Amino acid sequence: MDFDLTEDQRLLTESVGRLLGDTYGFEQRKQLLKTPTGWSEALWAQYAELGLLGLPFSEDHGGFGGSAVDVMLLMQDFGKHLVLEPYLSTVVLGGTALRLAGSADQQDEILPGIAAGERRLAFAHYERQSRYDMTDVLTTARANAGGFVLEGAKATVLHGDSADTLIVSARTAGGRDDEAGLSLFLVDANTAGIARRGYTLRDGSRAAELSLSGVQVPREALLGQQDNALPIIRRVVEAGIAAGAAEVVGAMEAMQAMTLEYLKTRVQFGKAIGENQALQHRAAEMMIALEQGRSMAMLAAMMVDEPNDAERARNISMAKVGVGQAGRFVSQNAVQLHGGIGMTEEYAVGHYFRRVMVFEHLYGDTAYHLDLLADQVA
Amino acid sequence: MDLRFTPEEVAFREEVRTFIAENLPRETRERMRLGYRPKKQEIIDWMRILNRKGWAAFNWPQEYGGTGWSAIQRMIFLEENLAAPAPELLSFNITMIGPVLIQFGTQAQKDHFLPRAKNLDDWWCQGFSEPGAGSDLASLRTRAEKDGDHYVVNGQKIWTSTAHNADWCFCLVRTNPNAAKRQEGISFLLIDMKTPGVEVRPIISIDGSHHLNEVFFTDVRVPVENLVGEEHKGWSVAKYLLGNERTGIARLGSSKAAIRRSKEVAKEVRMKGRPLIEDQAFRTRVAQLEVDAKALEITQLRVVSAYAKAGGNKPDPVSSVLKVKGTELLQNSSELLMDVGGPQAMAVWQAELAAMANEPEIGPEWAPQMAPAYLMLRAASIYGGTNEIQKNILNKAVLGL
Repeated sequence: MDFDLTEDQRLLTESVGRLLGDTYGFEQRKQLLKTPTGWSEALWAQYAELGLLGLPFSEDHGGFGGSAVDVMLLMQDFGKHLVLEPYLSTVVLGGTALRLAGSADQQDEILPGIAAGERRLAFAHYERQSRYDMTDVLTTARANAGGFVLEGAKATVLHGDSADTLIVSARTAGGRDDEAGLSLFLVDANTAGIARRGYTLRDGSRAAELSLSGVQVPREALLGQQDNALPIIRRVVEAGIAAGAAEVVGAMEAMQAMTLEYLKTRVQFGKAIGENQALQHRAAEMMIALEQGRSMAMLAAMMVDEPNDAERARNISMAKVGVGQAGRFVSQNAVQLHGGIGMTEEYAVGHYFRRVMVFEHLYGDTAYHLDLLADQVA
Repeated sequence: MDLRFTPEEVAFREEVRTFIAENLPRETRERMRLGYRPKKQEIIDWMRILNRKGWAAFNWPQEYGGTGWSAIQRMIFLEENLAAPAPELLSFNITMIGPVLIQFGTQAQKDHFLPRAKNLDDWWCQGFSEPGAGSDLASLRTRAEKDGDHYVVNGQKIWTSTAHNADWCFCLVRTNPNAAKRQEGISFLLIDMKTPGVEVRPIISIDGSHHLNEVFFTDVRVPVENLVGEEHKGWSVAKYLLGNERTGIARLGSSKAAIRRSKEVAKEVRMKGRPLIEDQAFRTRVAQLEVDAKALEITQLRVVSAYAKAGGNKPDPVSSVLKVKGTELLQNSSELLMDVGGPQAMAVWQAELAAMANEPEIGPEWAPQMAPAYLMLRAASIYGGTNEIQKNILNKAVLGL
């Protein structure tokens, strides 16, 4: 048990902090939001230079050989600055799928490209009707002489509009909700028959809906075992939860700091509003929630590589609940303690609020994971 | 950063768990599992078993008969002891007066009191709160006037836990009522409870138990050698005591035991024709408490580990987070357990009295202590600095408001 940063981790957070401090001011970010992709190619190249895009990959694949804790530290910084680049979808979701299920050839082909900043992935799994159910997949993949033909549609594909490679789940066997019969495919995003409709999520980040109509992919597009992709899909989602949880911690830190500053400077009735005990206690409760949430993000990082499936899933669910509740408490109170200014688009706190809100509704919300945990009470 | 326990820490936990399993008297464990509080003699017996093992003064330096354990080891030990469930070490002796004497005591005080404290030859109680001095402790008024080689003490203490069991009381008294600041005229005295003029009156709390007391001092003569630290400087002794290491303040093992017990009993009682344990609303409540317990467990590790890194002598204000969340969890888990019991938990049933009259039990054996535990734990957010005071501490010491 050791909560101190290693020398490498300290250097990592310092260099990331410097870069984002220079490039990710609130106004700078607002300009990025107005660009067509909604994020910065130039910054993506700088992330590659700093080694961030290969952080969790092995050195053979141009990576850093970093741990889940390294990714947690990076995501905390990303959360603090509301970073818009497709890191989660490319490095965390796409990278995890490839690391766990990819053949040597697939890994050699794609991972170094990610690390170098040349390739961007998106994880196209959930569908309009599926909500949080991982087995509710209606998209099909029919084997033919040329490989497989994909038919169906995918929803909430994070950064699906700008990715060059899609990881698409589809049924190769079984029916809706069956655990068996799912497969994953690595698909060039420009393959004929794929229509992508990009849109903006409530926090300003980008996503896409995909429609897949007669999409012919070769046999080698299969990622992992045919009919048995669910364990991999679970791991990918768990990795997304762990990384997103850390991002929420960063966002909570930022909201807490802004709120404290506001409490000390905003004057009403002739004194700083932070002199009122009702507000002081609310601030203390925010701090308590933040620290409990931080502990749960650490739990997720600690457990995301745990080999025991049940143990890992259970702890990740606990983390999702804990971070979800902390995030909601901190962000709602951050707006409340700011008063009217906290309601405005011009002020940063609402942007953090929406980042936390969006993450809570990805990969199973608080009620969903609490229910999963409740199912296991015995 | 490495968030896993080391193999040594895992092995240590196993060693502690095994020792407790093999040495805790069976009857004590069984009564405590049913929610009964340990009897005085059970506490004494268990402390002496631990002392023979060398573990009673778990947080003292080795030169005074302590263990020399790391902060993580101390936390593991306390958690295992609570989760067993075994009687808690008497905090007045082990985490309060012991460290205070080690820091401020004379050689004679150390030689005499420390070995007796860790073997529970003396049962200590804490004379701090007064009717007019609760959260605002510095407004205490109990007076001690010098008369030759004695102090003469007059006044009243209240909420004095286990004073009726106690042999000695460490007391804050006012030695200089004219000091410029209220904190400056206070001294820290050790008072023998058998001294003429000491009177203990019981306070029965809402759980029906006698745990709290009022203690009256009328011309109580205390030898000057029982002063700890400098005269009039007792406030800094008290601050040291209150801010001293707060490992275990969250009492997480106790909450975990109540959650575990709730699940056990929920298999025996029913809800809409099925065992309660199968009811999703109940299970969701359990799941929520288990999430809260997990978050607290990691936060506690972080605080303990930061404390150890800081050299282990400066109280960390973040431990106020542990106090607040720990007591909330204690309260919520005791509430869950009582709710599982339902109407059966509402009966007043005093096993000891019934045994004397050879009466049959009212209700199942798991029921009688559920409501008392819930009622008693309403105090958890009041004692040791109310949770509102903890939030004030966080504001002042951490948030700068």
